[in-house]
Amino acid sequence: MTSMAERIPAAPEASASGAQEILVLKNISKRFPGVDALIDVDFDLRRGEVHVLFGENGAGKSTLISLVSGAETLSSGTMSLNDKVVSFRSVHEARQHGISAVFQEFSLVPQLTVEENLFLGEEVTQGLFLDKPEIHRRAVSILKRLNFPLEPHRRVAYLSRAEQQMVEIAKAFRSQPAILIFDEPTASLTERETERLFALIEQAKKQGIGIIYITHRMGEVRRIGDRITVLRDGRRIATLDAKTSNDDQLIELMTGRRITQVFPKIDFRPGQSLLKVERLTLVSRSVRDISIEVKAGEIVGIAGLVGSGKSDLARACYGLEKIASGRITLGDEDITGKSVREIMQRGLFYLPADRRAEGLVLMRGARENIALPSIRAGAFSNGPFLKRRDERLKTHGLAQKVDLKPFDLERDLEHFSGGNQQKVMIAKALSREVRIFIFDEPTVGVDVGTRVAIYGFIRDLCQAGAGILLVSSDLPEILHLTNRTYVMYRGEMRAELKGQAITQDQVLRHFFERAAA
Amino acid sequence: MSTTVEPISEERKDAAGWLKLAFVRLGVLPFLLIIAIVAFTLLSGNFLTVNNLLNVARQSTYLTMVTMGQMLALLTGGFDLSVGTILAVTSVVGALAMSSVFAASPDLVWLAVLAGVLAGFGAGLAIGIVNGTGVALFNVSPFMMTLGMASVGFGIALYLTGGVPVYGIPDIFGAVFGFGRLFGIPAPIYATAIFVAIMYVVLNWTRFGRYLYAVGGNIKASRLSGINTRKTLFLAYVLCAALTSIAGLMLTARLETGEANIGSSMPLESIAACVIGGVSLRGGVGRLSSVVLGAIFIGLVQNGMNLARIDSYLQTVVIGILLILAVVADQFRLKLIAELRD
Repeated sequence: MTSMAERIPAAPEASASGAQEILVLKNISKRFPGVDALIDVDFDLRRGEVHVLFGENGAGKSTLISLVSGAETLSSGTMSLNDKVVSFRSVHEARQHGISAVFQEFSLVPQLTVEENLFLGEEVTQGLFLDKPEIHRRAVSILKRLNFPLEPHRRVAYLSRAEQQMVEIAKAFRSQPAILIFDEPTASLTERETERLFALIEQAKKQGIGIIYITHRMGEVRRIGDRITVLRDGRRIATLDAKTSNDDQLIELMTGRRITQVFPKIDFRPGQSLLKVERLTLVSRSVRDISIEVKAGEIVGIAGLVGSGKSDLARACYGLEKIASGRITLGDEDITGKSVREIMQRGLFYLPADRRAEGLVLMRGARENIALPSIRAGAFSNGPFLKRRDERLKTHGLAQKVDLKPFDLERDLEHFSGGNQQKVMIAKALSREVRIFIFDEPTVGVDVGTRVAIYGFIRDLCQAGAGILLVSSDLPEILHLTNRTYVMYRGEMRAELKGQAITQDQVLRHFFERAAA
Repeated sequence: MSTTVEPISEERKDAAGWLKLAFVRLGVLPFLLIIAIVAFTLLSGNFLTVNNLLNVARQSTYLTMVTMGQMLALLTGGFDLSVGTILAVTSVVGALAMSSVFAASPDLVWLAVLAGVLAGFGAGLAIGIVNGTGVALFNVSPFMMTLGMASVGFGIALYLTGGVPVYGIPDIFGAVFGFGRLFGIPAPIYATAIFVAIMYVVLNWTRFGRYLYAVGGNIKASRLSGINTRKTLFLAYVLCAALTSIAGLMLTARLETGEANIGSSMPLESIAACVIGGVSLRGGVGRLSSVVLGAIFIGLVQNGMNLARIDSYLQTVVIGILLILAVVADQFRLKLIAELRD
């Protein structure tokens, strides 16, 4: 490991004076009960640079930024800000030192309005009382400066995820920060919003603000990064120059092994038609007059921007959305308007995008989660009684199959990384006889190593004759995994692309064509 | 024919739509109030008189004070089941202190009143401090913490009195704070009005008020926004106890005795008043005006049922049903909101 780090061309050393370093972490460690989240990590941040933190889930990136932002305290080591040793006991204290963070799990209160959230914890007051007109004025000016189309009086609960992300970003820009921290800020933004964020980051750099940036996207690393620090298993593996690094090198450093190919070669053998959607319109109007078909032995993609209705279409197939008109058939059986349970019994399984909210019972272990969909099917129960031995054996086998790490089926799922939670979701689907799998954003918040494993599963399922519907905002995923792809735009079908025709240009053109006009 | 039928159905549709919108905007409370007023006016000729309504207002003051306290706990996403015993402990301790000082030095009447008020308020506040410490510092669930303290407080109140009312309070205490009138309006109404005004300012125009809503809405986000969430939770329970304790003193003045049993219906009634007034049990949502109206509504229903000579045991049944109805109506309202947004 160390020899590999030495082979990497080191990033240019900071000047001897050290004046350009705004933040220096020396030998910092963070221990949680039972876990060493960070071990002896060195890290420094200079004025006007974007320092990317790169690593798999559970490598310690989030822990590092929660230490810097004051959400957690150091177990050992020192942190100095402008050559002065500091230790923050709260987010509030860190913010007073000019450190603002955009958290991945939003620090927004849904019941409050945009402007109330923007100034939460730092309300403008006159004596004892809130100065509401001044708060409104400042909120308007911040949103205008950032060019975010948000209404200050709207409640955050009614905003889309992308809009909430904008509020979160605006919150960080509300005062003049010295250090800005971003934790996967583009995960739910559209291309255009992403561009706007990058422009803001460029602007902040020019003002001498130091930026710590976490991302899983290779493209972003070189697009805005100056230096990259790679973490693995809580240790710093290397710090390198963003411009001279390449993808293979980064993946190797991150995973500790060489991954030559992220996407597998898939042998498509489209057979009989399994799932047919005919002229479907939902009550919510988020899907209008859409027809698709999925055959056995193929992977069909649904691409589109946030809000294109692609996820609603998938959910409708699983009985989760109210249908206004149209027909959905599975095999030769009409399943329009059937309940989730009935559809599941007929061999269709949907893996939701939001693992935490919809996919898993996080405060229970893998065994119970994996068995959940099939308890009624008879495999794990006998009348009202559980067959706990069968359950243990079968879930054990499934967890092995998906390579759960750490291999502990009783540990609460909330203590697993995002990638391993996703593996449990797949194991859940495998516990039943399933002919059609619907994957909704299967690799959101999942590191490259697990991503490769998940793609492998999808390939195996497809080659074993299952039909697969892949809903994804991740373009490379659509390009490399599917043999047919539908492109949706604002609830309407824009195109069906087949085989060689599925190219980045083609898909993107249908994303934006009408929006630009 | 058809030409005459159509406009009528159209009008009906409009009225229904307007009702639906009003329901979504205002919640269930205005409808319940109107129904109650109409029903009780028909049942009893004495209901809709100035004198009776003033009576309702005075009777509702105690519940209003407790309900405002309860609202603070509910806003943070918890609740306080010990408001009944806070009331009881305040009453018993206050009355004991007052009567013993009065007995020792009968000339210093106001000293006795002051001693009683301070002792009673202090005792009530102490329960709130224990509640706040448990919930905020030791992460005990509000349910267990306040349920436990309800038992502790009730036990103490019974132990101190042996279950017998405490007599010997100076007459002036009851005469001023219980039965006193200024310009024809009872003293408890003035006191409650002042606290309603203070609560309005605190909830809507101070940082602390904003933090109550924020902590109840999303405690993690609040912490990440630099809010001292422990302090906010702690203060919510302490202030809840403070408001309840003042209600206890007012009630003691009215009854002219200290009693261990006076608050037993308060936890249910105060939570019911909040929920009917649109406070979310999950925290973060609730308006003071509706909550005060909710408390007055319950007072109104009790008064109306008394006038209509409905058995007091059956009244308890009615309050319970109203509480459940309010929650059902609220769920229905959420569904309507979701539909209207599409």
